[in-house]
Amino acid sequence: MTDTPHENDSTTMHGCPVTDSRGQVVIHVDRERYVAVMRALVDEGYAMCVDLTAVDYLDYMDRPLPDGVVGERFEVVVNLLDIANRRRIRARVQVPATEPALPTLFDLHPGTEAMEREVFDMFGIAFTDHPDPSRILMPEDWIGHPLRKDYEVGAIPVQFKGAPS
Amino acid sequence: MTMIADEGAQELRPRSELTAREVMREVGAVLRMSEAEAAQLGDLPDDPDEDQTMVINMGPSHPSTHGVLRLMLELQGETVLRCKPIIGYLHTGMEKTGEQLTFMQGGTNVTRMDYASPLNNELVFAMATEKLLGIDGDIPERAQWMRMLLSELNRMSSHLLFMATNGMDLGAVSMMIYGWREREEVLRFFQKVTGLRMNHNFVRPGGLAADLPAGWRDDVLRILDMLPERLEEYDILMTGQPIWRERLQGVGVITPTEALALGATGPILRSTGVEWDLRRDQPYLHYDEVEFDVVVGTYGDAFDRYAIRLNEIRESMRIVRQILDRMPEGDYRIQDKKVTPPPRARIDESMEALIHHFKIFTEGFKVPEGEVYVAIESPRGEIGCYIASDGSPTPYRMHMRAPSFVNIQCLPHMMRGGLVADAVAVISSVDPVLGEVDR
Repeated sequence: MTDTPHENDSTTMHGCPVTDSRGQVVIHVDRERYVAVMRALVDEGYAMCVDLTAVDYLDYMDRPLPDGVVGERFEVVVNLLDIANRRRIRARVQVPATEPALPTLFDLHPGTEAMEREVFDMFGIAFTDHPDPSRILMPEDWIGHPLRKDYEVGAIPVQFKGAPS
Repeated sequence: MTMIADEGAQELRPRSELTAREVMREVGAVLRMSEAEAAQLGDLPDDPDEDQTMVINMGPSHPSTHGVLRLMLELQGETVLRCKPIIGYLHTGMEKTGEQLTFMQGGTNVTRMDYASPLNNELVFAMATEKLLGIDGDIPERAQWMRMLLSELNRMSSHLLFMATNGMDLGAVSMMIYGWREREEVLRFFQKVTGLRMNHNFVRPGGLAADLPAGWRDDVLRILDMLPERLEEYDILMTGQPIWRERLQGVGVITPTEALALGATGPILRSTGVEWDLRRDQPYLHYDEVEFDVVVGTYGDAFDRYAIRLNEIRESMRIVRQILDRMPEGDYRIQDKKVTPPPRARIDESMEALIHHFKIFTEGFKVPEGEVYVAIESPRGEIGCYIASDGSPTPYRMHMRAPSFVNIQCLPHMMRGGLVADAVAVISSVDPVLGEVDR
C-alpha cells in the first residue's frame, strides 16, 4: 500500500475506504473496527501515534466523504507515523452525536493519553477504558465542551472556585 | 501526611486508590506490558504505605516550571514515587479563536502558541494553508529560502533560550545571562526583519510579509561570527564541568521504546538514539539541498538532551551559512491575486487595487474544501497543523499538534524513582513551552 491512492479510486485498506487528501493518505475507519484497524496499522509499521484530535462537523454535515461512509457529527482524526518507512497515514473515524464515545487507544499508543483527555475536554467524546478520563485543559467543574460548534462563546460567566461572591 | 486534593479527578489520586491500570499507565503500558504484569511490578521502592509518603505541589507558579506547569509529586523521603503534570493554567482557547480568524489573520494567533519559536508556528500554519489552496508547489524560491533562514535562526534562538533556562534551573546563574545575551542578538535581527522580537506574523500563506531589509546579510554574518566562540564558552562553563555533568548525567532517563510509545519527538526522541528529524526524513522547503547532521544521543538522559540542543545550534549555523550562499533573488511572495494583496504603491493609483486590498483584508480569501495535516520540525519536536476547511475564508477547524503537549507526558516516566532535587533538571531538559501545551 505504498502507492498513493486517488480520490476516485475505490482503494481499501483492511476493508476501510482509503482516500487521498492533497496527496496525503486518509483511511476512513468505522467505529466498530476502530481498535482492530489501528492494531493492524501498527503491525504494518505505523507504530507511532503523533496526533489525535477531533472535529465537530455540526455546521458542515455535507462534507465530501467516500462512498459507504456516513458522515456523523463528530470525527476523530488520528495521525500515525511509520518511522522506518518515513510515511504517514491519517485515520478518520465517524462518531455520532447520540453516542459520542470511542474505545481508547491507550493500550496501543500510550502517548494518546493526554490527547484523548483533550478531545474529551474539548468535544465531550468519551474514551471508554481510558485510565484517567478527566478534563485536562479546562477546570474540572467546567460546564460544556468549548470546541463544539454549538458552544456559546462568552455566554458562560467565568466563575472560579473559592472566589469571593 | 497526604495533602487533600480539592480539584478532583485532575489531581494525583491517593495511593490507596491506585489501581493496577494506573501503575500500568505510569510504567507498564509504555513497555507494552499486560495489566497483570504491571500489577506485579508494584511500586518503587517496596510499595510504601500511604502514611509514609507525602504529596507535594510544584508550581503552577514556580520559577523552574517554565511558565505555569504544575506537578503533583508523591515523595518518600527524597525519592519521587509518582508524578502527575497538571496543565491548563494558560489555556486561552486558541484553537477556538483560530476558527474565527481568517487564514490571513491566523498567523497572529498561532505565533503566540510556542512563543519561543514563533516563526516555526507561522510556517507550519502557512504551509498547511498553502497545501489546502494547492499553491504549495508555486511558492517562489526566495520565499522558501527566507523561510528556512528564519526557521533556523529561530531554532538557534530557542535553543539559546534553553541554554539560559537550563543553566538557571541548575544553579548556573551566569549562564542565564549569557544565553539571553546571545538570544537577544538573534531577536535583534528578527526585530530588524519583521519589526517585532516575538509574535512576528511574518510568514504568511503565499510567502512572507516583506522582503529582507538592506544589510541583512551582514547582520546574519555578525551573529554567525560571534556565536562559535560563545558556544565554546558554554562548553567550558557547562559541558566539561564536573558539577554540571553530575547534575545531568543519568538523570531523567528514557528509553527509545518509551519515547516512541509516548509520541515524544525532537531532542527527547533523538536523545535516546532514534535518528528522526523531519528536516532530513520528510524534507520540506529546501532542507534536502543543504548539508547538516542529525545530532543523536545514546543514553536518553538530561545530559544528552542538553548536548543535542547545544550541537543543534552548531548545525543550524551550518545550515544558515549554506542559506546565505544559496539565497536567490526574486519575489518573496507568490504573485497570486487570490492570496497576495496588491503592492502598496498600486493602491494610490488604481481603484481596482484598492478594492482588491480592501477585500483581502476584510473578507480574506476562500480556501477550497478539504483537510490536511502538515508537520515540520520545530526546536521542540514535530509541530503539526491540522486544518479542515469548508470552503470559507476561515478554517472550519484548526488544530495544532504541539510538541510540548505530547512531550510533557514523558515527565512521570523520567522522574519515577529519581530525586526531588532532580525534578527541576528533568523539567528543564524537556524544555516545555506552556503557551503551546495549553494553547
